[in-house]
Amino acid sequence: MTRSAEAAVPRFRPGDRVRVRAAHPPGHVRTPYYCRGRVGVIERLCGAFPNPEELAYNRSGVPAQPLYRVRFRAIELWPDYREDPDDLVEIEIYQHWLEAAEPA
Amino acid sequence: MGVRMQGGASSDSRGYYRRMQAAVEELLILKGVVTAAEVDRQIEAMESRGFERGARMVARAWVDPAYKGRMLADGSAAAEELGLAVGPLRLIVVENTPEVHNVIVCTLCSCYPRMLLGIPPEWYKSRAYRSRVVREPRAVLAEFGMDLPAGVKIRVHDSTADMRYLVLPMRPAGTDGWSEERLAGLVTRDALIGVARVGEVVQAPPAR
Repeated sequence: MTRSAEAAVPRFRPGDRVRVRAAHPPGHVRTPYYCRGRVGVIERLCGAFPNPEELAYNRSGVPAQPLYRVRFRAIELWPDYREDPDDLVEIEIYQHWLEAAEPA
Repeated sequence: MGVRMQGGASSDSRGYYRRMQAAVEELLILKGVVTAAEVDRQIEAMESRGFERGARMVARAWVDPAYKGRMLADGSAAAEELGLAVGPLRLIVVENTPEVHNVIVCTLCSCYPRMLLGIPPEWYKSRAYRSRVVREPRAVLAEFGMDLPAGVKIRVHDSTADMRYLVLPMRPAGTDGWSEERLAGLVTRDALIGVARVGEVVQAPPAR
């Protein structure tokens, strides 16, 4: 985890409901399509890491972005999910892809 | 020279990427950025690493509840504690329980705890596995020969960024009193990814 002054401040805490931005920027992105626009819950803060969208083009990637594991219900991700409604999918997502979501 | 020219049909994309890889490798060597020997050493190191380090961590967690707690809190520190140099690996260990079964994937590419488990299997890198296991995990697990009991919930972990994952399988019945080394021998790579369980040990009938 970077301890330099160049790290964005974490905005979310475990338990916060968040929505993944439904954005489609060009270039290297590590937020999968299948979770964009979906609502999940912060499972943990993993630390702050250089932004891979910048690193891919030989830029520094700082300020480092807080990285979270976000817990989604499978039925939230896949409207026609056929298996157990309590199944979960947990995905690492960078803070700049997340916004606060309305309470359940 | 350490250049490996791979075969393959000239029109298929895999052949194209193999040719590109060989061309970049040859250029890097010609420009003195790396030596052929350095490339060979790295390949040998990666190919020689099996999943034994992961199995050792599991065996220790099975016999030592305090170690298990530390491992679930900080996987990389727990690996280092056993003398396993994992370098920059950021490891998260997820625990299987009677209620929850964990399975690991990298839908975007093939992120895998290589420093701990070596090279991932071909199926892990396949589009079929990567696209299906987040969508229909039980169907995929059934194709691996694994039928989850009713009521067990699935957690799929998509390794999309800087973390890497190891599944801590449940310790099988019939292993009371076993040494760590013997327990580690039960652990399979597929159980560490989450597409298999560690098999129950059937008791030998008592001698008469």
